[in-house]
Amino acid sequence: MSIDLRAPAAGAPASPPPAGAPASPVVAPARGRSLLRGWLPPLAVLALVLAGWYAVAYLVLEPRLQFLLPPPHAVLTDGFFEPQVLERMGEAVARTVQVAATGLAIAIVLGTAWAVAMSQARWVERSLFPYAVVLQTIPILALVPLIGFWFGFGFTSRVIVCVLISLFPIVANTLFGLQSVDRSHHDLFTLHGVGRWTRLVKLQLPAALPAVFAGLRIAAGLSVIGAIVGDLFFKQGEPGIGILIDNYRARLQSPELFASIIAASLIGVVVFLLFGWLGRRVVGAWYDESRRGA
Amino acid sequence: MSVTSAPSSRAATSAAPPPPPSGPAPAAAPCLRFRGLAKTFPDGTTALQGVDLDVAPGDFVTVVGPSGCGKSTLLRIASGLERPSAGEAQVSAEQIGYVFQDATLLPWRTVARNVELLAELHHRPRAETRRAAAEAIELVGLAGHEQKLPGALSGGMRMRASLARSLVLEPQLFLFDEPFGALDEITRERLGDELLRLHAAKGFGALFITHSVTEAVYLSTRVLVMSGRPGRIVTAVDVPFGADRDPELRFTPEFAALCGRVSAALREGHS
Ligand SMILES: Nc1ncnc2c1ncn2[C@@H]1O[C@H](COP(=O)(O)OP(=O)(O)O)[C@@H](O)[C@H]1O
Ligand SMILES: [Mg+2]
Repeated sequence: MSIDLRAPAAGAPASPPPAGAPASPVVAPARGRSLLRGWLPPLAVLALVLAGWYAVAYLVLEPRLQFLLPPPHAVLTDGFFEPQVLERMGEAVARTVQVAATGLAIAIVLGTAWAVAMSQARWVERSLFPYAVVLQTIPILALVPLIGFWFGFGFTSRVIVCVLISLFPIVANTLFGLQSVDRSHHDLFTLHGVGRWTRLVKLQLPAALPAVFAGLRIAAGLSVIGAIVGDLFFKQGEPGIGILIDNYRARLQSPELFASIIAASLIGVVVFLLFGWLGRRVVGAWYDESRRGA
Repeated sequence: MSVTSAPSSRAATSAAPPPPPSGPAPAAAPCLRFRGLAKTFPDGTTALQGVDLDVAPGDFVTVVGPSGCGKSTLLRIASGLERPSAGEAQVSAEQIGYVFQDATLLPWRTVARNVELLAELHHRPRAETRRAAAEAIELVGLAGHEQKLPGALSGGMRMRASLARSLVLEPQLFLFDEPFGALDEITRERLGDELLRLHAAKGFGALFITHSVTEAVYLSTRVLVMSGRPGRIVTAVDVPFGADRDPELRFTPEFAALCGRVSAALREGHS
């Protein structure tokens, strides 16, 4: 997301009205204008999509087949505005979030430790990096039955799926960040005889934070996917949003099905925005400024 | 001044006996002394050959030379970051200030926290570090900018912060690797004047690398001209002007004559 909501500096000259404009142009406040410019195009696309959706639901599909794509308002009335459905979705979302967050937390601890170990010596990196790549290349889905076989179909297995699926971006980005430190910064620390630990804590880890947050953002989204995949495969235990989606599909309750799919997507969007915001809070100030000033 | 308190890695002696020092013996015991220094990198690049050099406390020695002749390597050896492959490098300063071409500030730390960094790495007491940092910031003219992040500073201000960071440790020897190379002319001259003022006040020995002949003559007590790679010192020019130099000095015939001599030596060493 790169929507710039900041108003230009006070006193910045307003752009002159185009030739032939009325003598007293309505000068909208700059903030309002940039908000409009930022939000208008995506809203226009949304309107187009909704129009297309209605067209398919009413013009393309026969009424008999309308259950395949219920019109948007039906998704609202029968899904989101139906208290019973809403409550079930809320519970399912909460469980999915719990699984995804636990998996992500474990992946952060493991992934950071893994990356830090690799950053400490070439031979450690050479020995361990191939396994990070393996982790990325094996289809995790193929492992899911095995995980269920070993750890049962409950919370533990779901969390393991989330960890496996979200580990690689954390390892790769953290390692990249730790290795991105300038040579002259390393020289500075070497000159003053600091040990590995001080170098890691005072130089490498802070320098890695922008890359770490870029990785976290990806990993968090993947962890949500992992939780839903776990649901779909294990199909029992505490149902998350994945199971709910599958149940509504099986029962042909399409407005509820669509509502749950949208709810699942919202988890992903919220997680993405949350980590973007967190990243800007933690490193935004110095990262943006050092970019601009360099 | 304690002689050779430097760690043993800083002093390396080759099998060959060191040649006798050239030129007049310096008045004070040097804080930096190179004899017959040579550096060949593992890939076979010979960066330095037969370099003799002394920096005494209070000296301001400038090295000028073409790009890639080994000037940075000279400083890296002086600081202990590299080891000479032959010859002798003795450093008797307890603390060395090293100012790199880019200010090497940590972008996530404020000016104040950047200036405190080195004292922090040396585990100096917190209160003393704070006081020394505030003093150094005042000295380089950055008072009022303590809480800014490096990204919000101009190039000149960043270099001041870098200087302040080194000053906190009260080094007896300062190494400068083209510190003003990326700055505009006016900032460069202003910082040069302030560096002279600092040098006069603190009395450290300085080894200063630059591309600019006028900067070299203006700042130095002695200018050394290096040849192209492998770098050797081909000419030493003593600069007779006193410690308090006026910007107008640059427009005097004596100044121009010295610059002419340095430039001529540079051209000769280059071919
Ligand atoms: N670690 C290294 N390995 C191999 N060659 C190097 C290394 N460091 C510097 N050099 C080479 O040594 C020469 C001198 O480098 P340097 O001291 O940086 O020159 P200067 O600072 O005078 O421009 C250059 O040709 C450079 O490429
Ligand atoms: Mg250099």
